[in-house]
Amino acid sequence: MKLKKYYPIVLLAGVLVLIQLLTLITGTAYYLTQLTMAAYYVVVALGLSMVMGYAGQISLGQAGFFAIGGYTTAVLTTFDLTDKISRPFFAFLDKIGLLVHKVTLYGDSIVHLSPWISFILALVLAGVVAYSIGVPVLRLKGHYLGMATMGFGIIIYRIVLGTHIFGEADGISNVPAFPILPGITIGGDFSIRIINYYTAWFFVILAMVLLLNLINSRTGRALRSLHGGEDAADAMGVNTAQYKVKVFVIGAVFAAAAGVFITHYNGGIGPSESSVAKSVRYVAIVAVGGMANLWGVLIMGLFLNFLSLRGLFGVYDDAVFGIILVIIMMFFPDGLFQPASLNRIKRILRGK
Amino acid sequence: MKRILLTLLTFTLIMSTAFANGQGEEETVKIGAILAVTGGASFLGAPESKTIEMLAEQINADGGINGRQIELIIKDSAANPEKAISFAKQLIEEDKVIAIIGPSTSGETMQIKDLCESYKTPLVSCAAAEDIVNPVASYVFKTPQKDSYVAELIFQTMNSMGITKIGVVAANSGFGNAGKGQLEKYAPQYGIEIALAETYDRAATDLTALLTKINAEDVQAVVNWSIVPAQSIVPKNMKQLGMDVPLFQSHGFGNIQYVIAAGEAANGIIFPAGRLLVADELPDSNPQKATLVAYKNAYESRYNEPASTFGGHAYDALSIIVEAAKKADSLSREDLRNAIESLTGFPGTGGVFNYSKDDHNGLGMDSLAILTVKDGAFALY
Amino acid sequence: MTSEQILQYIFSGITVGSIYALVAIGYNIIYNTTGIINLAQGEFVMLGGMIAYSLSQIMSLVPAVVLAVLITGAVGSLIEIVFIRRMKKSSVLGMIVITIGISIIIREIALLIWDEQIRALRFFTGNEISSIDILGARISPQVLWIVGVTALIVMALYLFFRFTLTGQAMRACSSNTRAAKLCGIRTSRMVNLSFMLAAGIGALGGCLVSPLTQTHYSMGSELAIKGFIVAILGGLGNPMAAVAAGLLLGLIESFSISFLPMVYKDVISILILLVILVLKPSGLFGSRQTSSLKDF
Repeated sequence: MKLKKYYPIVLLAGVLVLIQLLTLITGTAYYLTQLTMAAYYVVVALGLSMVMGYAGQISLGQAGFFAIGGYTTAVLTTFDLTDKISRPFFAFLDKIGLLVHKVTLYGDSIVHLSPWISFILALVLAGVVAYSIGVPVLRLKGHYLGMATMGFGIIIYRIVLGTHIFGEADGISNVPAFPILPGITIGGDFSIRIINYYTAWFFVILAMVLLLNLINSRTGRALRSLHGGEDAADAMGVNTAQYKVKVFVIGAVFAAAAGVFITHYNGGIGPSESSVAKSVRYVAIVAVGGMANLWGVLIMGLFLNFLSLRGLFGVYDDAVFGIILVIIMMFFPDGLFQPASLNRIKRILRGK
Repeated sequence: MKRILLTLLTFTLIMSTAFANGQGEEETVKIGAILAVTGGASFLGAPESKTIEMLAEQINADGGINGRQIELIIKDSAANPEKAISFAKQLIEEDKVIAIIGPSTSGETMQIKDLCESYKTPLVSCAAAEDIVNPVASYVFKTPQKDSYVAELIFQTMNSMGITKIGVVAANSGFGNAGKGQLEKYAPQYGIEIALAETYDRAATDLTALLTKINAEDVQAVVNWSIVPAQSIVPKNMKQLGMDVPLFQSHGFGNIQYVIAAGEAANGIIFPAGRLLVADELPDSNPQKATLVAYKNAYESRYNEPASTFGGHAYDALSIIVEAAKKADSLSREDLRNAIESLTGFPGTGGVFNYSKDDHNGLGMDSLAILTVKDGAFALY
Repeated sequence: MTSEQILQYIFSGITVGSIYALVAIGYNIIYNTTGIINLAQGEFVMLGGMIAYSLSQIMSLVPAVVLAVLITGAVGSLIEIVFIRRMKKSSVLGMIVITIGISIIIREIALLIWDEQIRALRFFTGNEISSIDILGARISPQVLWIVGVTALIVMALYLFFRFTLTGQAMRACSSNTRAAKLCGIRTSRMVNLSFMLAAGIGALGGCLVSPLTQTHYSMGSELAIKGFIVAILGGLGNPMAAVAAGLLLGLIESFSISFLPMVYKDVISILILLVILVLKPSGLFGSRQTSSLKDF
């Protein structure tokens, strides 16, 4: 019983290997680039699915947490420390290997902070921000909560857009690669694409395992009771507020981690990553995936992001997205991936 | 379990359709373009995209590049850097283009500058910021005039008018911020004091509060640096507040739509821009005149809308690539790059391009003229 | 700051605030009959401006504006019939998502019809350079139109909901749909009417602001967000409170510019709103009792 719930994950891993081999045989390895990027966006969506689907809390500011992750690491790892390296603190960091020396494409030598430090700082920052916002804001309900989280998202967007160290409208470029382990580096170089593909999907699988465990734990049961009816759960002695905040923080940390990884993978980040439109996209992906359906969210997140990043929809990218939203919400309000969907489609095709 | 199986089945189906796309034929010469056709920078991307589609057809009708037809691959980034990066990788590796045109915005260009340099693919950007060509990356070029020339020309004009104290407003876009930076950098050299410099949101619709703040500083002129519609809101709001000081705009004002939207308030605006806007007024001896008139007439008759200098930047980018490709030893990216770098005396819409090892913009200050608005039309100042 | 400047900031705040208020009124009208926050409300403003601009090319201003309001109203009604009516037993989240989807679709259609260029309607009186002096502060005559018409709309709505049979029926739907149905009110017709009304008011707002702010296909989402904030701040379901909240937000924004860089305008205003919301979750003018009864 315990092991059985991991079968689908093994199956997913199998499919991922199959895809990689397929691209190898057909000489289309370049598809892995967008598959890797999509994987990180899936991690954001999975975290949001916990917040919205399982805890039943609307969050229209998820891109804000993604941006906290991405921008924290971008700022810290692009700051050139060459002038400051003689100071005791940085000299110490250098000694224990937490500074990186490198030569840019234009022949300048620079020193920057190890992405490991910025990665950890980014997660901590996102967690702290999520906690301090979550405690007061999660007492709100429905539209009011929606507005509050959207407000948070707008504030983050405006700050990165208006502040010089965040590159204002241009964003931050030239973010270095992130060597997480010897032989495994998160970066955009074509030569390390396959390892990046597996690394990204490793994080997706890790996220899935963590969340599936969470759902089947005490917290998960508490969440389910919460979704059913908050007052009833309260009456049963479930500390609803605490669980809501916990899930909110988890969602934020997932988004921030994804933000860090993709920023190193792309070598940069721009303000559009923190916009309300982006938050809405995450919400939409969770909605079409079926809210409290991690597998559905994973598939839809991959599908929509992959096609969008490949530019398949051209100038109709937003339009296609809007149409998908409307169709799914009208005809499949519980997401596409329900056994009932097939019957539903048949009925629609037959004209009801 | 049934649900999960269903999900995975769809997953494999989706993936297999995605891989089913076949490869195109190898006869044509592929040129990529990453443009913000939609989204927040569509003022740039839309005319750029229309322009190169039109120009590519003309070039192909005239025999393409030494007999080979060109195939344009235009990707709409909607001004999202992550998309620009994804598309750049696609164009470089998958479509194997000989060169990339764009992106439309400075931010996106900076995000893919190193990528193009690492994978040795010529990039001819349509964005203005100076950082794109400084430091010089051997594969990265740009066509719009440098911001610094625009700033200096504005200040020279102010000097001749006796203006010493100004207020600066700029859109919070890559274009606006870069311009504001240049103004702040060059103001001391021309003895001009910037009393207040602020940016506004690119979607701003009412700037009376900001202009009130500037008006309180007793400035002698206002400079507005942006490409967004607020360019026509600034003059309207100024008149409405009763501010009678002259308004200078950047070369981003080079679109007659903004003049129309500002109506009466547009008259008297002073701004430096390429000569496209006053093509008909130029003497026949001007080396650019033939190109300018040809582009303007072709664009306006085909799309039934006025040509703008933004579209002109893309026109220059494509014609520079094609011109260099005709002269290059082969159509390899490296030979093309060398050919672009050695291109001199090439008349485009933005000016006469003279590329060199150290100058990947190729335009001098003479590529700009000071223009003004008279009775709702552009005129030489 | 001199008193003229203070006055100038106040006028600026009122102008912007009136626009927010008009959007928020639209939200409230629909919310009252359906419990839905229609995030496509901003698109009605855009449609109103665009349609009126196109019509004004072939006719004079007044009929163009009237027709634009009617056409947009019809669009609103159509949206209700095609999309909203089919959404049975949907969650708050589902409704938020579908209205976002609808707003994206409207925006993209507008892009196809009117492309990415900006359009500005003619000034109702005077032109771009006219300016009126009020106690040392200067405003465009169009500002008077915006503020005046907003005030008229608010008054008309008040009278409509208070004294007309239809208005009372709509209010009945809002307080208890089932009871209203039992009393013989055709609730579906009331819902449709509320979409028509909200779209029409949005469109009128779009025509009013177009000469000053100009109309662009993507202007809707920004307005939708601000209007949403204002509607929540005022307390959902209360159009009059929305007007007060709208003016308040406009004034906060305008004065924040006077001492802080404009780029942080939204940061300040939203931060204030968040604090208010946390201290008083039922909105600035909403009462705790009624909000706890409502189904969010």
